[in-house]
Amino acid sequence: MGGSLNMVGYGLAAIGPGIGIGLIFAAYINGTARQPEMQSRLQPIAILGFALAEALAIIGIALAFVIKASNS
Amino acid sequence: MSDTGLVLAAEGFHAPGPIDFFLPDFTGNSWGEHGYQVLLTKASLLLVLGAVVAYLFLAMTSRRGAVVPTKSQYLGEQAYNFVRNGIAQDIIGSKEYRRYVPLLVSIFFFVMVNNLFGIVPVLTFAPFSRVSFAYGLAVLVWLIYNGVGIMHKGFGGYLKHATVPSGVPAWILPLLVPLEFLSNILIRPVTLSLRLFANMFAGHLLLILFSTGGAYLLIHATGSVVLKPAGVLAFALGVAIGFLEIVVALLQAYVFTLLTAQYISGALASEH
Repeated sequence: MGGSLNMVGYGLAAIGPGIGIGLIFAAYINGTARQPEMQSRLQPIAILGFALAEALAIIGIALAFVIKASNS
Repeated sequence: MSDTGLVLAAEGFHAPGPIDFFLPDFTGNSWGEHGYQVLLTKASLLLVLGAVVAYLFLAMTSRRGAVVPTKSQYLGEQAYNFVRNGIAQDIIGSKEYRRYVPLLVSIFFFVMVNNLFGIVPVLTFAPFSRVSFAYGLAVLVWLIYNGVGIMHKGFGGYLKHATVPSGVPAWILPLLVPLEFLSNILIRPVTLSLRLFANMFAGHLLLILFSTGGAYLLIHATGSVVLKPAGVLAFALGVAIGFLEIVVALLQAYVFTLLTAQYISGALASEH
């Protein structure tokens, strides 16, 4: 039971980074559509923002497994 | 549907978990009562193989440098240029970046080849889905970017540069400095390694889940008509996720290299 509840919690925790990553790529696509010549400048920035937002989800999955291991 | 769920649970389908990533070593030792005491596993062998393959790729494609490149030379040069211009030059800046190109290129190819091992038939294990390897690589990067900063600014200067943000009122500094120290010095290597690890881990776990679950549904599961088509669907999804894994493997190699360049650039940056 503990394990599955952990994963439900992780699913909830992943909503935030999911929205964040969506916003980042929406802005990236918008910027590229308006100024296609800026794409090479925007790409590292977008990927960097994506990586930083994703870190939250990553910490979440690590904690989900850690808590499960100590409980069971 | 709850009926079939009960049937599946009763007949003992073993859902994959983190334990599946602790491979037995070549003498047959596996996870036992003493913990994980092994000599040499497939994962560590693959890590060495990854370095060899990355070296061979770069050496083969650059062995005969011709003015009119052959196909393989063109491929190698494109990949090299991507890291040199797309990552090193853009992030670190055109004045300082040359010294760090070898480091970034080797990290990129090393991580990329190792990640792609997760998809290659027979090998099918990405070494970085074991967290200790990712920790090792992150510690290397941590030592390098802190070392670069200390070399450029001196120990105290670098510590001030990394922890004291400029342009904030003095009364908030007691709050900000510990936070900046935590985020720039302590948390960075952790997220850097966990990002790589968790992506490879989660992708591989999904692959295991869909393939073993699909096999179970097709062969062993009984009790409902929908189970065998569900098994076929699981296999199809597994193949789709395999393709997604290729993208993730390349993307994570790119992200790891990009963040390394970003940290080095942050350690080098002058006050403004």
